[in-house]
Amino acid sequence: MFHVKHRDTDVIVVGGGHAGAEAAHAAARRGARVVLVTFRRDGIGVMSCNPAIGGLGKGHLVREIDALDGVMGRVADRAGIQFRLLNRRKGPAVQGPRAQADREIYRTAMGAEIAARPEITVVEGEVTDFLMRGDRVEGVKLSDGAAISAKATVLTTGTFLRGVIHIGDTSRPGGRIGDRPSVRLADRIDGFGLPFGRLKTGTPPRLRSGSINWGVLEDQPGDDRPTLFSFLSKGVSAKQISCGITHTNEQTHKIIRENLARSAMYGGQIDGVGPRYCPSIEDKVVRFADKVSHQIFLEPEGLTSDLVYPNGISTSLPEDVQWAYVQSIRGLERAEIAQPGYAIEYDYVDPRALTHQLCLKDIAGLYFAGQINGTTGYEEAAAQGLVAGLNAAGDALGLAAAHFGRENSYIGVMIDDLVTRGVTEPYRMFTSRAEFRLSLRADNADQRLTPVGIDIGCVGTMRQDVFAAKMSALSSGRQRLDSIWISAPEAANAGIRIAEDGTKRSGTDLLSFADVEFADIAGLRPAIADISEEIQDQLKRDALYANYIERQRRDVEALRKDEAHPLPLDFDFDGLSGLSNELRQKLKKTRPATLGQAGRVEGMTPAALTLILARLRQRERRHV
Amino acid sequence: MDTIFALASARGKSGVAVIRISGPKATSAASSLCDVPRQNRRAALRKLRSNGETLEVALVLRFSGPESFTGEDVVEFHIHGSMATTAAVLGALSSIDGLRLAEPGEFTRRALENEKLDLAQVEGLADLIEAETEAQRRQAQRVLSGALGRLAEGWRSNLIRAAALIEATIDFADEDVPVDVTPEVGALIREVRSELGAEIKGAAVAERIREGFEVAIVGPPNVGKSTLLNALAGREAAITSEIAGTTRDIIEVNMDLRGLPVTFLDTAGVRPTDDKIETLGVERALARAHAADLRVILLDKVDDAPVLAPLPEDIVVVTKSDLHPKADISAISGEGIEGLIERVTDELAGRAACVGVAVRERHRTALTRANEGLEFAQDRLNTSPEHAELIAEDLRGAIRALESLVGRIDIEHLLDEIFSSFCIGK
Repeated sequence: MFHVKHRDTDVIVVGGGHAGAEAAHAAARRGARVVLVTFRRDGIGVMSCNPAIGGLGKGHLVREIDALDGVMGRVADRAGIQFRLLNRRKGPAVQGPRAQADREIYRTAMGAEIAARPEITVVEGEVTDFLMRGDRVEGVKLSDGAAISAKATVLTTGTFLRGVIHIGDTSRPGGRIGDRPSVRLADRIDGFGLPFGRLKTGTPPRLRSGSINWGVLEDQPGDDRPTLFSFLSKGVSAKQISCGITHTNEQTHKIIRENLARSAMYGGQIDGVGPRYCPSIEDKVVRFADKVSHQIFLEPEGLTSDLVYPNGISTSLPEDVQWAYVQSIRGLERAEIAQPGYAIEYDYVDPRALTHQLCLKDIAGLYFAGQINGTTGYEEAAAQGLVAGLNAAGDALGLAAAHFGRENSYIGVMIDDLVTRGVTEPYRMFTSRAEFRLSLRADNADQRLTPVGIDIGCVGTMRQDVFAAKMSALSSGRQRLDSIWISAPEAANAGIRIAEDGTKRSGTDLLSFADVEFADIAGLRPAIADISEEIQDQLKRDALYANYIERQRRDVEALRKDEAHPLPLDFDFDGLSGLSNELRQKLKKTRPATLGQAGRVEGMTPAALTLILARLRQRERRHV
Repeated sequence: MDTIFALASARGKSGVAVIRISGPKATSAASSLCDVPRQNRRAALRKLRSNGETLEVALVLRFSGPESFTGEDVVEFHIHGSMATTAAVLGALSSIDGLRLAEPGEFTRRALENEKLDLAQVEGLADLIEAETEAQRRQAQRVLSGALGRLAEGWRSNLIRAAALIEATIDFADEDVPVDVTPEVGALIREVRSELGAEIKGAAVAERIREGFEVAIVGPPNVGKSTLLNALAGREAAITSEIAGTTRDIIEVNMDLRGLPVTFLDTAGVRPTDDKIETLGVERALARAHAADLRVILLDKVDDAPVLAPLPEDIVVVTKSDLHPKADISAISGEGIEGLIERVTDELAGRAACVGVAVRERHRTALTRANEGLEFAQDRLNTSPEHAELIAEDLRGAIRALESLVGRIDIEHLLDEIFSSFCIGK
């Protein structure tokens, strides 16, 4: 009789940050038993940087996570204390929901979400080693000597891998203020021979709210009608507040310039590469010397917290200089620094070592998600956690892989960017990274992804019901619009100008004009006015880009065609004559999974792609 | 990567033949035949030996990659161009391990892959090899020099700047970026469009320079079309006779007019007829004449009506000046022929003057596609600048069209532009 080895659990998730929490929850939704190992149970869901969720590109990611029944959107809605839809005046494709979050509510709510899943067991401890079976990771060892075996392990250790914190000329090892770095784990991972890189990021000093002269500052309130993250949320739950806005001035810049040599970043203590879109105040003053003032958003860290996060002045200057320049700013003349700003350097693994499922190509059973892959941001981390969690569960339970493509989601864009091109700075999502931006909107994330999630098996019945109801309302609304026919003269009566070419246009066609609103059509055909406002708005957003999306369909098809040519992991790029050496090295590093992915490797040429395709055909013929 | 070799000059007997070897083993392979000169790009006379036998005394040149035609290590043998010598040297090379005969176009393909040439330059090279007239040579040389690539690169960088400005207002709406980028974006698009427009206009002419201009000679039967063509050609190209309606097929004569390739077409005489075959010939003549770049319309008498309505640039002449004193030309006496050729040449040369560096249909299509995208973007910029995402989409389409000429787009280039221009990061 064959003896099946007993395992302690299906999936282990190491780390309880945004990637870890989402990974554990996703794996549990797919039916896996999960052990979540973290230093401290109450550290699950801690926002270690700015107290905000969402934004442009990032808000899209949160909506997508939510469409797949993930937790971030729901938790952010519960913790949100100021909601703003960015780009409200621009088109819906580039509108991104954003919220200031109460740190404490966020952390508590996330902890509750995890605690509510019976499949998840939280273990407090430090992972120091892996249980190996050949080239496969089959569990972890903890610093207290305990071992936990599992079929798949997700590593979400953020900046903890050889993290070093810099404040001015002093530096010390640390993953984030108050925590220790995971040096032993980093050493263990070294043994895998993975390609590492070093990145840095910075934080601003935290200020005491009571010491700020709010009265003289500009107020930034939230939207009157908050746009929430989750398709399930009905309204805000926390009290809503405003943020403040102030600016640096020439005196601030003078103080910073005079002390540049004492900055860790300018003093030469830091080798890591920082993000260009989130420069330190030192960087801003040096690189944009002609700007006499920079904007600062004063973001309260919560309803009960006395801390304020001054967004826009991250720094690695010594503490005394931080005090001096902060107090040179209007409204902050008496501001007290509760915790100085610091820069942190950390190791990341070149994500080209990963598959689209975020599994290491050379070591089965080990998944990486979050900052360890060179990304930055809670949303990017959570989205990766989701993908890694779904796939680790699939791995453990023998289910199909969960795959996200550039044509269906920002999640797919991000993962493809990471595993194809690697990173040169901390990777952050932007809407401009998505070539199919007009169809990948925050407003239709559920239409795009909830069906995908249902297939994967990670969407609960409650969401399935809500989604089905919305889809049926949408499709009946669309049918009613399609059966309305309006002539040009009739449209003109309602102030809608269209070409008088004698043809009648359907309600949907009319709605595709940028300046035609649903109400204009309802004015001509009052019968459709009973369609709910939510559905009216969605019909308008779906119609607005219809013509462009039709044009893009060809590009999507071309992409799908290229993606349909799988490249084996052991594809012999050395044996392919006619490739430049540089390109060959890049291809060998990325090991693209499909012809389409090969086409996106940096520096790829059409000629080289043809060579690869020809070799692929040759192989196929031989195997027939 | 294989090392390849081939005869790089034309096949057959010649004074000198060039054999090129390219690839990592080029130098070592050449060394097995001779003592390869140490210095790059310095010709040296060497004996080529194989199996102890002297094959040839050759001029040997060595180019170390990447400073070579293919971008790889290259060695060239300049040998006497006899079939036997060429065969002997090629034979000796083919017996060297790791070397193989190049496939047609393979040197150029490697140059393309090693980014020594862009796609348009490869086309220019092909045109240069085919060039027969001076205007064709100059045009091919311009393309080969990479002028189209440089232009496209200039437009592209302007459009990337425009797209970056738009994207900055989208992705960094919350940051310190300029709110109204419309004036700069508008100016960038206008500038690129005006240059694109000129190139598109020139592209049609350039295509003519490549393929040849067509000048149709049309007129009633027996007006002397064929006699004129013969006089132009200086030979009996078309059968001429005194019987009207002799020329039923279209006869072509190629000429080089001030470097421009010109094909004169002799068409059937146009007259009402019951003859089925002649009717067919007349229809074809008129269709071909319409399609031609220029028409020389011949008249029997000054007050005759032309057989087809002349366009403003068409040339109308009265023939047979040897018979009628008021006529312009006589194909038989040669009177006025030089003047006619001058007029045709002036007209075509005037058109050729506006030619740019886009010379193929492929180029014209790409430029037109880019231009259309920019037109949409410009319209929207004027009417609804808040639809930044649609303007961005049109710009993206235009940039992609331009890049299909030489390269490809990359989002990182957009972000580079944004980050080097604005202080992002609140």
